[in-house]
Amino acid sequence: MTTTLEPRASVSPREEFVSLKHGAGGRAMRRLIAEALTQGMTDLPVDGVGLAAMDDGATLRVGDQWLVITTDSHVVHPVFFPGGDIGRLAVAGTVNDLAMMGATEPKGLTSAVVIEEGFRRADLERIQRSMLETCREAGAPIVTGDTKVMGRGELDGIIINTTGVGLTRAPVRDAGLRTGDRIIVTGTIGDHGVALMARRHHLDLDGDLSSDVAPLNGLIRAALAARPEAVSAMKDPTRGGVASALHEMAEKANLGIVIDETRVPVHPVVRSAAEMLGLDLFHIANEGKAIIGVHPDHAESVLAAILAHPLGKHAAIIGTCIADHPGRVILDTGFGRRLVAEPEGEPLPRIC
Amino acid sequence: MCLGVPGRVVEIKDGVAVVDFFGVRRETRLDVVDEPVVPGDYILNHVGFAIRKIPASEIDETLALYEQLLQEADGDMMAADVRGEIGRNDD
Amino acid sequence: MTETLTMAGAAELKFRDPAQARRLAAALEQVSAEIGRAPVSVMHVCGSHEQSIAKFGLRSVLPRSLNVIMGPGCPVCVTDLPEVDEAVVLAEDGVRIATYGDMLKVPGTVFSLSDAQARGGKIDVVYSAAQAVELARDTTEEVCFFASGFETTAVATAAVALSPVPPNFTILSAHKYIPPVMEIVAEMPGNKVEGFLAAGHAATITGSRIFERFVEKHRIPVVVAGFEPLDILAGLVKLVELVRDGTPEVVNMYPRCVSPEGNRNAQEQLWKVFRTVGGKWRGIAHVPNGNLRLRDEFARVDARRRYSIDLRRLWTHAPATLTQQCICGDIMAGIASPTACPLFGKTCVPDAPVGACMVSSEGTCKIWHQYGGHPDL
Repeated sequence: MTTTLEPRASVSPREEFVSLKHGAGGRAMRRLIAEALTQGMTDLPVDGVGLAAMDDGATLRVGDQWLVITTDSHVVHPVFFPGGDIGRLAVAGTVNDLAMMGATEPKGLTSAVVIEEGFRRADLERIQRSMLETCREAGAPIVTGDTKVMGRGELDGIIINTTGVGLTRAPVRDAGLRTGDRIIVTGTIGDHGVALMARRHHLDLDGDLSSDVAPLNGLIRAALAARPEAVSAMKDPTRGGVASALHEMAEKANLGIVIDETRVPVHPVVRSAAEMLGLDLFHIANEGKAIIGVHPDHAESVLAAILAHPLGKHAAIIGTCIADHPGRVILDTGFGRRLVAEPEGEPLPRIC
Repeated sequence: MCLGVPGRVVEIKDGVAVVDFFGVRRETRLDVVDEPVVPGDYILNHVGFAIRKIPASEIDETLALYEQLLQEADGDMMAADVRGEIGRNDD
Repeated sequence: MTETLTMAGAAELKFRDPAQARRLAAALEQVSAEIGRAPVSVMHVCGSHEQSIAKFGLRSVLPRSLNVIMGPGCPVCVTDLPEVDEAVVLAEDGVRIATYGDMLKVPGTVFSLSDAQARGGKIDVVYSAAQAVELARDTTEEVCFFASGFETTAVATAAVALSPVPPNFTILSAHKYIPPVMEIVAEMPGNKVEGFLAAGHAATITGSRIFERFVEKHRIPVVVAGFEPLDILAGLVKLVELVRDGTPEVVNMYPRCVSPEGNRNAQEQLWKVFRTVGGKWRGIAHVPNGNLRLRDEFARVDARRRYSIDLRRLWTHAPATLTQQCICGDIMAGIASPTACPLFGKTCVPDAPVGACMVSSEGTCKIWHQYGGHPDL
């Protein structure tokens, strides 16, 4: 049977609209950013590392130091979840982005909130207290902000945007991995995303599932101090999970990463819940963990420094960077090897 | 097309079982299970329904089945182990 | 904390024992070599088998002479365009759609349910048919459960249809029935499949005996296998042995979940609620008795009878003629590879899939596209 092949329109009806996949941290989002949000801007001159690097933040030269700046908008639902809330997430998220670039002593944060009419005042105050507590933990003050209220139904509850600034003499980029570097993860993976997914889908899960949301700047400071210059690259595996973070790091450094699955720390209940929902733990968001690339000669000492920190108790060396398979992430499962796929969109529970 | 997860029945109320899946508890309906189920039994859960009561004896029998398969496939188990090791070192 | 084996239940631990897995992989290598020709192709018809194989990296330990093909076993991927369109039209008409997560991104003629959501439709992801009913109880809106999946999943839908449901609840059945498609594959000209690995959980419902007639007719073996790494490897060893010996038999390698007669209680409820009808499976062909539809006695919960669903509204947008070029059927039968398809990588890509093989996260075309060919690890 012969048919004339009609080329798809360059903007098919399906792509006229932004959909949820564009926010999920995977490839679709990166394409939207490149095509619709940053066109031309990467050509504007920057004295430092800017938009083109698509790193956790930007570094701008100020005298003999680097100003690190990062921004994030937080839209998590539910607003209150086991282990934290949107306020803690906002502060920790920004503090962590700064830390990933080597700025572990934030100079200050901003906090801009957009609140839906009808939002409970008591909830707002609870969020504020949570932010205060997290600021204290991180040693990072909120120094300025903004407040807006929109009509009922015009947004879902509350949105918080935080921007953070810090200084460093030694910025760390997520593109810095070298062949032979070991990969350290600072603790158990999947905690945040699975806890939230379980709550969203009303899974009556036994007690133990809790977000890991926490500010990591103290832990990172310790890791960097252990062996200055041993750390080649860092990234926090938030949206898109460990898979997304490792893929970006592998692509930017143009090398391959092999991960030993038997060494990856996972809380048993998280693993169980993920299996039941059909979720891939490598695609699930973490909000209190970091991926750190370290020179092989110093991996053990950096690991020791992390293990000594309360937030790094379950840290482990989980992988190695290789010259082969550039841009790819390979998982040794203990039964065989496979490639770790990049997450395509929002992780969804599957039946199949 | 078969995401089925085994778990242990903790309690039963009105045809709905609370099942412990290795630390995760969830309700599972018993409408379509093949045998009557009591707390302590293992069931296979698929999309919120128990589709099978897993008899404890079958687990050991299955493991024995796999062992038998290995015996039949290769009389010389030592060679098979070595071959397996060589296979892994090749990558 | 760093163990990869599932915790608790010492018994379950044993189905993920890497040492035993290595022995089984070695046995598989040996048995395959004994066949004396290559490649030998066997097929599984279960998305979860492929998920397991992929998740545990089993392909990297399979013998090179053995070709384990993923057949049309992903019910989501073989759900045809008009079936998705029906749900999309209902969503556009303001009906709240409850669906399993897998179906959200499957493209219809123009839109997927995810697109419908972006356009203002109300779509809820559920993990159980029972949850869809709860949703209907909690609202005055019309709620339609988009029921996808094979017979294993249809059983849950049947149970729900047989219990009290609120008046605003309906079911749109896109359920599929696996045994007929095995016939189709076995009869495809040029088909090289020498044995089938049957889906263990579907067989939990239907029983292993259901494959006997198929085996008699086509003279190829069928092994029913579970989903843990040991289950899959042991199932393959048995299957390849049967191929080697030329023995067309049904062997149940999943006795802890599968019996010869299956789950009678579930079967009764399934066939009380559903009947089989012929239908087109995306990327394959018309499959006689391949679809499950609600019987007349359940008309009150049948979305197709409650609503008048006019698909022509969607066709004012450019209808796809691309599907006629899709060769997923050949790919699933092991006759062709993705690169032979004129659409592959050009007009059929993960973001805009045309056929089943590109829709499924474990589909052949999806994997080839993602990794630039079959990953050789």
